[in-house]
Amino acid sequence: MTFWHILLGRLTWTSIAFVRTWRDPTISGIIGGGAAAVAVGGAVVVLALLTYLRAWRYLWTEWMTSLDHKKIGIMYMVVAGVMLTRALIEAVVMRTQQAIAINNQGIVAPAHFAELFTTHGTIMIFFVGMPLLIGLMNYVMPLQIGARDVAFPYMNSISLWLTIGGGIMLMASLVIGKFSTGGWSGYPPYTELAFNGGVGPDYWIWSVSLSSLGALMTGINFAVTVYKLRAPGMTWMRLPLFTWTTLCTSILMIFAVPPLTIATLLLAADRYLGMHFFTNDLGGNMMNFVNLFWLFGHPEVYILILPPFGVYSEVVSAYSSKELYGYTSLVIATMAIAILSFTVWLHHFFTMGQSAPINAFFGIATMLIGIPTGVKIYDWIWTMFWGEVRLNTAMLFSIGFMVTFVIGGMSGIILATPPVDYMVHNTLFLIAHFHNMLIPGMLFGVIAGYYYWFPKAFGFRLSETWGRRAFYCWFFGFYLAFMPLYVMGLGGVARRSQELFDPALRPWTLIAEFGALLLLTGLACIFIQLYVSIRERHSTRVPVGDPWDARGLEWSMSAPPPEYNFATIPQVSRRDAFYWRKKYDGAYQPADHYRDIELPKNSMCGILVGMGLTACFFGFVWHIWWLAFLGFAIALGTAITRSFMRDVKRIIPAEEVAAHDRRWLDRAAAARPISRHLELTPENEGLAKWQG
Amino acid sequence: MKISPSLRADFLTYLTGYGLAIVLTGISFAFVFYRLLAPEAVFAVILFLALIQIIVHLRCFLHISLKQSSRSDLQLILFSALIIALMVCGTLIVVLDQKARMM
Repeated sequence: MTFWHILLGRLTWTSIAFVRTWRDPTISGIIGGGAAAVAVGGAVVVLALLTYLRAWRYLWTEWMTSLDHKKIGIMYMVVAGVMLTRALIEAVVMRTQQAIAINNQGIVAPAHFAELFTTHGTIMIFFVGMPLLIGLMNYVMPLQIGARDVAFPYMNSISLWLTIGGGIMLMASLVIGKFSTGGWSGYPPYTELAFNGGVGPDYWIWSVSLSSLGALMTGINFAVTVYKLRAPGMTWMRLPLFTWTTLCTSILMIFAVPPLTIATLLLAADRYLGMHFFTNDLGGNMMNFVNLFWLFGHPEVYILILPPFGVYSEVVSAYSSKELYGYTSLVIATMAIAILSFTVWLHHFFTMGQSAPINAFFGIATMLIGIPTGVKIYDWIWTMFWGEVRLNTAMLFSIGFMVTFVIGGMSGIILATPPVDYMVHNTLFLIAHFHNMLIPGMLFGVIAGYYYWFPKAFGFRLSETWGRRAFYCWFFGFYLAFMPLYVMGLGGVARRSQELFDPALRPWTLIAEFGALLLLTGLACIFIQLYVSIRERHSTRVPVGDPWDARGLEWSMSAPPPEYNFATIPQVSRRDAFYWRKKYDGAYQPADHYRDIELPKNSMCGILVGMGLTACFFGFVWHIWWLAFLGFAIALGTAITRSFMRDVKRIIPAEEVAAHDRRWLDRAAAARPISRHLELTPENEGLAKWQG
Repeated sequence: MKISPSLRADFLTYLTGYGLAIVLTGISFAFVFYRLLAPEAVFAVILFLALIQIIVHLRCFLHISLKQSSRSDLQLILFSALIIALMVCGTLIVVLDQKARMM
């Protein structure tokens, strides 16, 4: 035990990516070093820029320590955007590798390729999908149910910082050490100590643990919020559909995430404490890891899919200028999917060797999920039917989703048949299938929701031109990138192949490569859209707050909303409360009486707990025990100290609320109501003309 | 600070729960540590104690009683029971079905 060993654990010079590149200047090594340089350079540029702009104080007081659900939601989305960029670039590198490496080594070495698909999957699920959706839900759900914040704002902040901590660990793995090569599912025994002694699996275990802890807390938080903080009169069957899907997702998170946390922690016990939960010998059973992982993994699919279903329900209804068709059936379908999602996990390992009747049961259960999902698709189509449909970016993404998602669902039904699954298991067919579900199902939904709610959050609309460009790139890029994978998969090409051996595959890999580049262009369009929209914000402002002539409560206040959301808590008497208020002239009326509003004070406890645990887990990865202890002490100490703090609320006086509300009402009175077909013009100030 | 009777009752409930939880956990550990019974029997004892532990937690920490449970509490408990039953029974069925492959 030297001093350096105690100080740095198993960290050595060769752990650093640049040193590795220096010693091994192959193309693969240079790509790895380049990625590390981008990560370090990006961090340095951001820090320098913040210092140059003197933005630290602003960032700290207004954002990082904020307990406002709206700001936390936006921070979730920003983090997810960064991670999405990285994971999509990784996807392009992998596609390029497969396009080049036909009977040659290509550009990335096998171990590097394995790291790429592991980080791509881990990031896309835990640090893109979940944060994007949690961000949206965070922002929108309290506004939809007439609440001032979520039930536990401080816990919300902890969840955010745990997620960010996981993201930081993934980014750190680019520069220091290597990430796991065991795939995003990290199956033992390959990820056990005997076969994988490095830090890779540990990075995977601890970053996923951070994310899963955050997700569990978010689930509890949102479920309690929907149960307890609904506005008076907001009965269950008056909830907006997005709130319904938020509730179901939260319940899924509460029940589905713990098996993952348990599985990763048991694997950690194997690796750190010499246990044998998932080893080959001494009574271990690695198949139970697979079982536990998918007990989480399948509901996780619905955690990622249900909130976008809610987004589509809101978006399709608003832009079709119609009440949502089949509200009750959509609610029942959502609940049915949520429960059925716990009965199908075995279809991820049909080939693991259980007997045929068990496979048959799970195959049938899987196919049953097609029914409620089909109901939803029909409901959205009927919502558009005879509506005044405005084909803007969000609607294009929604319709693109409906068409594409049905194709993915069909390939899912094919995979649900165990004998067929034996043929295409672990081939690119599977990869094509789940990307076919997640890209249209999750990502298109998030983009549609982002376009739809952005004006509410920031007070100006997003550029339609760039939105459409993004849609064309995403839509056609998806087909070009993944339809060839169906073909190759049916031909038997294994997933995660670093090198291919059949020259006849070349055309397909090239098409897929082109598709991947198109998808990357699509992401670039999203960022350009943001940039262009910020530049043109003066001509797209919608301060009155209802730019789309929409129906839910979230449109009944100014854009951006005041930090307390509602000047007075609304009384709800029907579904689509704001629509009926507009109809009966109840909207844009001052309240009879304003009251003081109590809001949570900013707190740095969330960031301390989150970063403390991150430091602790980082210490675990590198066996830096003092850091692990210190991080844990900070996290636990903060949590205990916070529980004794009594002065955690602040009061916004009624006069201030009234003054703000009056200014907004004056603004609304001065604005010109515009009809829906003019909503994309500069005339749109966020006040919709009543058109029924 | 003045302590109201209800707060006192709450405190006692938590304390009882805490004590019971520690005792139940301690017995489990004792059975393993001192090898009081054959491994299979120890397993059965731990399972039994764990089930009691669940009831203690529900009663003392989550304040769920049979008398005053409101409808939404009951719904949530039934739903949780359903999901946990699905996961536990499913896991047992799947793992036992494959047991021969790990022999």
